[in-house]
Amino acid sequence: MLPLIVPLAIITSTAVIGLTGLGCGLLLAMAARFLAVREDERIEALTECLPGINCGACGLAGCRDYARAIIEDDMPVNLCKPGGDDTLKALCGYLGIVAQAGVREVALVFCGGHNGVAKRQATYNGIADCVAAERIGGDGKACPFGCMGLGSCARVCPVNAIEITAQRLAIVHPELCIGCGACVKTCPRSLIAMVPESRTIHILCRSKDRGPVVRKYCEVGCIGCNRCVKAVDKKGITMDGALAVVDYAVPIEDVSVAETCPQSTIVVRDGRRTEGAS
Amino acid sequence: MKTRIAPYRCAGGLHPVYHKSLTAGAAVTALPLPSIFAISLAQHLGAPARPLVKKNETVGRGQPLAEPAGFISAWIHAPTSGKIKAIDEQWTATGRRATVITLESDGEDRWADGYPLPPLPADADRKQQIDRVAAAGIAGMGGAGFPTHVKLSPPPGKTIDTLIINGAECEPYLTADHRVMIEDADRLRQGIDRIRRLLGTCAVRIAIEDNKPDAIKAMEQALQSLDGDVELIVLPSAYPQGAEKQLIYSVTGREVPSGGLPMDVGALVENVGTAIAVTDALDSGWPLTERVMTATGSALTQPANLRVRIGTLFETIIEHCGGARIPPVKVICGGPMMGTALPSIAAGVCKTTSGLLLMPADAVHLFESTPCIGCGRCVMYCPMRLMPCTLSEAGEAEDDELLEAFRVLDCIECGSCAYVCPAHRPMVQHMKNSKARIALMRRKRETSRQRES
Repeated sequence: MLPLIVPLAIITSTAVIGLTGLGCGLLLAMAARFLAVREDERIEALTECLPGINCGACGLAGCRDYARAIIEDDMPVNLCKPGGDDTLKALCGYLGIVAQAGVREVALVFCGGHNGVAKRQATYNGIADCVAAERIGGDGKACPFGCMGLGSCARVCPVNAIEITAQRLAIVHPELCIGCGACVKTCPRSLIAMVPESRTIHILCRSKDRGPVVRKYCEVGCIGCNRCVKAVDKKGITMDGALAVVDYAVPIEDVSVAETCPQSTIVVRDGRRTEGAS
Repeated sequence: MKTRIAPYRCAGGLHPVYHKSLTAGAAVTALPLPSIFAISLAQHLGAPARPLVKKNETVGRGQPLAEPAGFISAWIHAPTSGKIKAIDEQWTATGRRATVITLESDGEDRWADGYPLPPLPADADRKQQIDRVAAAGIAGMGGAGFPTHVKLSPPPGKTIDTLIINGAECEPYLTADHRVMIEDADRLRQGIDRIRRLLGTCAVRIAIEDNKPDAIKAMEQALQSLDGDVELIVLPSAYPQGAEKQLIYSVTGREVPSGGLPMDVGALVENVGTAIAVTDALDSGWPLTERVMTATGSALTQPANLRVRIGTLFETIIEHCGGARIPPVKVICGGPMMGTALPSIAAGVCKTTSGLLLMPADAVHLFESTPCIGCGRCVMYCPMRLMPCTLSEAGEAEDDELLEAFRVLDCIECGSCAYVCPAHRPMVQHMKNSKARIALMRRKRETSRQRES
């Protein structure tokens, strides 16, 4: 058996490294004690109350930033759109305050021109992305204002609430929409807008072209005939050039206005969250 | 005057099938005056022009229809006499929508009062001559549509010592410049002389690809009488030899710096069509209202080189050429490499429209794009020595910093990468998309910087 000879070099190096490590450890321990930044524990608790999907609908980068802003900058507590009533209740409960819930808004695509009713004048053979297509003049849809259906909005939706139908039209499922507004910013043709979920009358067209031009390329485009505006006596629907626009600040009581539209551009659609929807 | 082979060879480049024999021998014929014109107000690079006329107004040929809306912009003139039917948004030859003036011809083709303008002698004031070029609405007729008067007035400190006349016409199918050099050689010589005098003393290089021997011969003859430092440069045929920066390198060996202009290396490139437009404006007083273009493609019954008025509808041209022989699958405005696939043939000819192509099903490659396989063919063929593969992937990933670092803004959109890509990636669209993204990002950065300061 070999005699156990430990050279001096090993002993010294082990000692030096060991002592240095010990010293650094002590320094760190002291730093952790004396230089610690005390985080408000309320921020942690509020972050727990928020949905945690970091959608940015409140205007801040994520849920934790919003929680910090509530505590430090006195931001209103009702800005979390995805959380809705439940989150608001939890936040108010923790902070011991009472707040009015904001109106829940859902995204809506203002175009009803699917392939069955809107003309395509050319076939598009390029990048499958609305933004890229719009930069070279569109995807062959004859209407320059209509939905291209290449799914840029669906790809940015954090909860997959947007469906691109087989007929190449984007549809937001209101029961899934959390109202974060990511799709609104993405659509290159600015076709998506947030509407209060309680509203049922929508005019699904954004074409600024005159009636005869619209008729040539879309069966469900607004031709600016003015009938709906007359039917509601300018309360809730107004004309913007040759396009009828719903004013979501003014409620429309009578849903029969949809029947006055010769192009079926006006639809009656309930945006409320349906029971049992996940 | 002497003729010599191009002393330099630009990077990359490929040899597509040229298909020029369809129209190379066909003399230029004038298209009969059509009854309807659609004149786009965004025919040139820069700001779209502002309309000067109203609906139902009667105009004469040459009357200004729209005025420039900025320094980089151009005048637009009535191609014939008639009545303005409409001013509205329509699809144009660029594949996008723009404001279009619809003009109904009265068949008289009468010049407007005061037109054509009095000719300007060669010894007239330089500023006066450049103003005339601007007033004639001349924009680069090779395809880019850069207003010519801007090119002719370099800022102080920049001198132009070489004028390059671009007769390369490297795009497949197109033969308009080729025929112009043969048939209009004398006017072309006058135009070259006028531009040369406007620039002061400078060397003249006429660059022609070697697949046009008859044009080289015609130009050699016509240019004999031009004194001074004039050379005819014969380029070996390759695509994109006729692109501005590639041409400057092939002819002079100077490389335009990244983000720079030809005037940074003392060069100015003008297309042969532009040179003729300049002599028309100065010696005859005609505003730019017509151009020579090639209507071709194997789906067209009678391919031809045509002299057409600006604003002539593509459908009129197709009808004049006997219509489609077999149903076209793709209609392209310009050449097959850099042209735009048209969504509608109800658009009008622009100042930059060099060709109209009707492609049948067997000539069109409808692709299914797949991920990049990293073969590097695009890198080998890129005439700007970029890495299109990396750029297209960075574009998909929206990685703006990588796009900028790999100089996506230097891309000339020649389409060589897309032509050779075995994965059929829509490279040019990726580049266009990324360039627009970067331009947008820079604008945002600039505004935020201004707000801070």
